[in-house]
Amino acid sequence: MSVAIFGATSRIARAVALRWAEDGHAVWIGARDVAEAERIAADVRVKTGVNAVAGAFDAVDMDAHPALVADIEAAVGPLDCAVLAFGDMGELDEDHTDFAAARRVIDVNFTGAASLCEAIATGMAERGAGTLIGVGSVAGDRGRQSNYVYGSAKGAFALYLQGLRNRLFKRGVHVMTVKLGFVDTRMTWGLKTRIPVATPEQAADAIHAAAKRKVDTLYYPPFWRAIMGVIKTIPERAFKRLSL
Amino acid sequence: MTRSQVARPERRAEVFEAFGERDGSGMLAHGLGRSYGDAALLDGGKVVLTRRLDRMLDFDPETGWLRCEAGVSIEDILETFVPRGFFPPVTPGTKFVTVGGALGCDVHGKNHHVDGCWSNHIRNVELLTASGEVVTCDREQEPELFDATVGGMGLTGITLAMDVKLTPIHNPWIAMESVRVENLDHFFEVSAESGGFTHTVSWIDCVKRGQAMGRGIFMRGRHADADEVGHAGALGKLIDVAHPLLAVPLDGPNWLLNNASIRLFNEAYFRKHPKGQKNVLQHYDPFFYPLDVVRDWNKIYGKRGFLQYQLVVPKEGDNAPLRAVLDAITKSGMGSFLAVIKEFGDISNGGLSFPIPGVTLALDFANYGAPLLDLMERLDAIVVEAGGRVYLGKDARVSRATFRRMYPEWEAWKAVRDQWDPSGVFQSDLGRRLGLVGGAA
Ligand SMILES: Cc1cc2nc3c(=O)[nH]c(=O)nc-3n(C[C@H](O)[C@H](O)[C@H](O)COP(=O)(O)OP(=O)(O)OC[C@H]3O[C@@H](n4cnc5c(N)ncnc54)[C@H](O)[C@@H]3O)c2cc1C
Ligand SMILES: NC(=O)c1ccc[n+]([C@@H]2O[C@H](COP(=O)([O-])OP(=O)(O)OC[C@H]3O[C@@H](n4cnc5c(N)ncnc54)[C@H](OP(=O)(O)O)[C@@H]3O)[C@@H](O)[C@H]2O)c1
Repeated sequence: MSVAIFGATSRIARAVALRWAEDGHAVWIGARDVAEAERIAADVRVKTGVNAVAGAFDAVDMDAHPALVADIEAAVGPLDCAVLAFGDMGELDEDHTDFAAARRVIDVNFTGAASLCEAIATGMAERGAGTLIGVGSVAGDRGRQSNYVYGSAKGAFALYLQGLRNRLFKRGVHVMTVKLGFVDTRMTWGLKTRIPVATPEQAADAIHAAAKRKVDTLYYPPFWRAIMGVIKTIPERAFKRLSL
Repeated sequence: MTRSQVARPERRAEVFEAFGERDGSGMLAHGLGRSYGDAALLDGGKVVLTRRLDRMLDFDPETGWLRCEAGVSIEDILETFVPRGFFPPVTPGTKFVTVGGALGCDVHGKNHHVDGCWSNHIRNVELLTASGEVVTCDREQEPELFDATVGGMGLTGITLAMDVKLTPIHNPWIAMESVRVENLDHFFEVSAESGGFTHTVSWIDCVKRGQAMGRGIFMRGRHADADEVGHAGALGKLIDVAHPLLAVPLDGPNWLLNNASIRLFNEAYFRKHPKGQKNVLQHYDPFFYPLDVVRDWNKIYGKRGFLQYQLVVPKEGDNAPLRAVLDAITKSGMGSFLAVIKEFGDISNGGLSFPIPGVTLALDFANYGAPLLDLMERLDAIVVEAGGRVYLGKDARVSRATFRRMYPEWEAWKAVRDQWDPSGVFQSDLGRRLGLVGGAA
């Protein structure tokens, strides 16, 4: 049994890796900073005793994805599970003067994620088994002035996963979309909000439990499903005047 | 009120990023913030929260050596290693501390008389120093930096990682005895005959005077042997798992802990315990961490909060200084609620590390304001006179002059520190108060 974690330096992703390792999976830990990935792999090895291998992964290096997946499967065996945890909100200025920055956000969160999914799905479909988990965001449920580039990429990723799920279901592969609300990580550090913030460990537990139950779309914290339900029903005519 | 900029690195590179953003206002590592005073605070400076640098990097089950990052907590170590037969070599009375903090305060536990402090089980420290260079120091390489970092209250740099040697155990149980002690002399007798126990500590009633001064309950234990614990069922009634599962929901009213209620509590606690001794197998959790299960236990003190005072004085003759301390406390009427007494062993690590051979007394006081501070000043005088000191990890008020008499090695310590940090990058409120950072004062 093996799992690959992409974007493993995220604290959510690292906790997810530990959950699967505790179940006895060999783990491949991928991140841009390989030394950091190695520290995370070491932690997984010390804590669980499973085989954990670190490697380099860059979401935007799309040409390399198919070969990377082959390397990973050579190292830890055919993947039973893959978790795409990477994401990048970017640092866009208010006037969006720099499309290159916006494009990068789209590439990391959507194009790169889709590229990697294609590479992984092929093998899983052939074997007729596997779980593919894409970590998205509630920001993908409706475009908002403050983060619609990131939101649209996450939203596109969610649509992509929806289609993939529909296709791979017939091949015995489960695809799960995770829509996270606020989780206390580097991404949200310093954010002031009255909305309750989950710990990365809670998010990982929820993802792990939901994957076992073959949930299609997980909102976590769960109340975000209701919040987004309301936000999605606001008529565009009114919504465009708001500053959420 | 302290205001600081706070960074919370999750990746090693982010520590260096935070370091790169230093602006002359000072910088300080902060673990889980379990030190009581101003050791982990830095007004106006940059505080680096190390809790999320918590990867375990390597473990050798043959020897027990664990390499881990500074933000790993004692709780993390217990969770990972108790099931595999290992225990932290030393633990304070709470498991919510990081190994970086354990080294910064060179913490001691119930086994000090045999095992010394945290640093006595460390073989190296990887430290981000003021020049930006990462230095791995140990007892051979840069030994002066190593010694200054042990108990160095975070003032030599940011500890990134260390090697700590875990203790092998057979099971999670502690073979524990508790003995009712009638007074201070009796405490010393019981303590002397408890050499066979790796862990000792005594709760002490700080209200009693005269003949009964120093009465209390002496607890002594050791990790249980393999054959002491059979199959769980047969043990049923031996095992004392009585977790005081209470939570203090709200700030207690200020009258909750007055002298009368402390007296009542002490009396009941003492009486509840049978004369003589009681043997049980106790899970390590209630044995080591009685307060951790009472979430927010400190709220019983109400909004005014409380102060800790921990001292050590050399053991001598009839222990007049200790008696004088207890006497001053009872006379003040500001009885301490949670008071513990323990004999330290001979291991002393120099520098700013607290333990010296002698007797340590740790006291909690509800914050009575000025009269309490006056009392503490009087206690300081007794302690200094006796050649003792207070624990910096629990101090927020000792004066610079008093500190210097308590820790005569401060100057040698500071010379090493200044050599590694000439411009004063690393600072803390405690360091500023005690004149440990910055130029001559
Ligand atoms: C209920 C309770 C019981 C206790 N019992 C005991 C006891 O029995 N024995 C005992 O010795 N102590 C005891 N303490 C005190 C506590 O163990 C120490 O203060 C310990 O240092 C706290 O660790 P921390 O991770 O919370 O560190 P903090 O409080 O965050 O920091 C403590 C010091 O260590 C430094 N530091 C922390 N991390 C690093 C790092 N990565 N690099 C450099 N410096 C660093 C800080 O700058 C600061 O000076 C107790 C505290 C409580 C609350
Ligand atoms: N925290 C929240 O509240 C929240 C809310 C909604 C959704 N999410 C999503 O949850 C996931 C995890 O995020 P987090 O909160 O844990 O924040 P994080 O710590 O910033 O994690 C983001 C991860 O993405 C990686 N990454 C970014 N660009 C990459 C690239 N080009 N190639 C490979 N990896 C890249 C980062 O790696 P580096 O270490 O190399 O930068 C990091 O591991 C993300 O998909 C995020 O969008 C989070």
